[in-house]
Amino acid sequence: MGQSIKQNTGRSLDQTIFTKFLFRNPSIVIFLAALGLFTFGVTILGEGVGLGLISTSFVKTLGKTLCLCIIAIAMDLVWGYCGILSLGHFAFFGLGGYMIGMWLMFARTKLIVIESAHNAVLPPTPGEISDAVGAQIFGVVGGADIPLIWSFADLLWVQLIMVVLVPGLLAFLFGWLAFRSRVNGVYLSILTQAMTLALSLYLFQNESGLRGNNGLSGLQYLPGLEDVPQAIVSIWFFLGSAFALALSFIGAMFFVKGKLGNIIQGIRDNEARVRFLGYNVEGYKLFVFTVTAIMAAIAGALYYPQAGIINPAELAPIASIYLAVWVAIGGRGRIYGAVIGAAFVSLVSSYFTGGQASDVSLGFGVFRWTEWWLVLLGFSFVAVTLYAPNGIGGLFDRFNRSGDA
Amino acid sequence: MPTLLQVDNISVAFDGFKAINGLSFDIGHAELRAIIGPNGAGKTTFMDIVTGKTRPDTGDVRWGAKNTSLIRKSESKIAQLGIGRKFQKPTTFEAQTVYENLLMALANNRSPFAVLRYKKSPKDETKIAEIAGLIKLKGNLNHIAGALSHGQKQWLEIGMLLAQDPQLLLVDEPAAGMTASERAVTVTLLKDLAKTRSIVVVEHDMEFIRQLGCRVTVLHEGAVLAEGSLDFVTKRQDVIDVYLGR
Repeated sequence: MGQSIKQNTGRSLDQTIFTKFLFRNPSIVIFLAALGLFTFGVTILGEGVGLGLISTSFVKTLGKTLCLCIIAIAMDLVWGYCGILSLGHFAFFGLGGYMIGMWLMFARTKLIVIESAHNAVLPPTPGEISDAVGAQIFGVVGGADIPLIWSFADLLWVQLIMVVLVPGLLAFLFGWLAFRSRVNGVYLSILTQAMTLALSLYLFQNESGLRGNNGLSGLQYLPGLEDVPQAIVSIWFFLGSAFALALSFIGAMFFVKGKLGNIIQGIRDNEARVRFLGYNVEGYKLFVFTVTAIMAAIAGALYYPQAGIINPAELAPIASIYLAVWVAIGGRGRIYGAVIGAAFVSLVSSYFTGGQASDVSLGFGVFRWTEWWLVLLGFSFVAVTLYAPNGIGGLFDRFNRSGDA
Repeated sequence: MPTLLQVDNISVAFDGFKAINGLSFDIGHAELRAIIGPNGAGKTTFMDIVTGKTRPDTGDVRWGAKNTSLIRKSESKIAQLGIGRKFQKPTTFEAQTVYENLLMALANNRSPFAVLRYKKSPKDETKIAEIAGLIKLKGNLNHIAGALSHGQKQWLEIGMLLAQDPQLLLVDEPAAGMTASERAVTVTLLKDLAKTRSIVVVEHDMEFIRQLGCRVTVLHEGAVLAEGSLDFVTKRQDVIDVYLGR
């Protein structure tokens, strides 16, 4: 009896702490309201359950953009707050995508194989099914054997754990080696580039067991749910991505607004001082690096089922550099800045590189957006770095005295 | 007087240059000590070795009642054992408030997981208020540290050391860039603190050291040249020669 009362007060205490946390950080409330409104609008206007004013492919683009916002939050935590300019976080994003992609592809292929054997005189043995699945998936790289790393590809829950575990372990090992040797600044950035390049080159090989340059495809079809139209599936993923983004935002704010945020910003501004205060700086960097890698991986696991395909080019070094550009343009050191930067730049990019923007005739020649967009993006990055180091998010500082919300 | 820190015959060379050359140095509990010496005498390297930033080639540094060797320990471990360090340039976290600076320095559990679950306690609040009073920054708790004056930043850094609750403070040029009145406040502050803990002050300013009125160790070419009261050491011919560059 007495215990239950105690528990109740404990719970209400937690609730007030959470309410206070929201109250002290109005940007969370504003962000959640905006995200909720946006999500609601897209759902209503989409083809799946709504009016059909937004095409399914555009719903997917928006859903993917939300995932990019999540990895941008991760990048802002590791770079904007902790000062580690990682140019390799897309490696974790891609790995997360590969891990979930393995299940999607394997389970679906298996169902197709079983389905096609339906009319056979004798039901196929497990060995025959496995051979047929192997031939289906790996025929393209000239093999039929299922590689060892696909051993658990049939089990969704194992692959879901791998989404967290594989990129998390890679980040932990890489970070442990790099931070322990006190590799800092530009050298660390180069190392992270080398990591993502090496991983990408490895995955390009057929021997990697992940179908080489073909990558994994057909990821938009959920095994066993082939009858559900893509219009509906896209809304599911869109909503899932929005939910994950909301959680990431709240989590990141909780992360940076408490004492931990003070310490990681201290590491960014003066590492030696933090060290002489008695904090194990390397441990903190490793912690932040690994946690953000896992965030990136989860974002990737939500992204690639919407993209439908993943291949090693996704892990190319340039992807991680774009990520830094998004966060810089959006305004680093502000969680909402990262979200704005990722959403704005990636949507505008896909507009201009997708060929929708009409070319501009200049008399002496034609200005093609598809060709010039990257140049413009490069210029805008330079301009932001020089003239608006706080990025787009910096514009909001005028309304918000605390500034760093 | 029992020894708190015992530096035993340490040497370290950088690219063949002997920055510290067979240096031995003891300090007891609740002792205030000044270290002087010309540029390149090894004052900062000495602090680097004690705080774990630099590893000596030979020799040992022993700490506390248990005579723990500090040689193979990391900076953060040594700080946790109770040695605080103040840098030559005031180093505070300028983007954060005075309150946050002090909160970070408070002697609480320093693991990331404990920090993530940290909740403010009345005890910590009292401690911060108390330190802020000591360093004359009570009215500035919610100000950004970057907005403080140079002297106030020096005090804030001393306050951060206090929040760490160390037994030994290594203070590098605390009076640099201070006005005469700020300097007087700093002298009183250091003298007060030395009642309960040990302090080693590295300083160029002889007038400041005279005000501290403590024992002085003169370093020269990485070793101890003389030790004693300020009047005693400044009268010695070898010390005068070193300072005049002969």
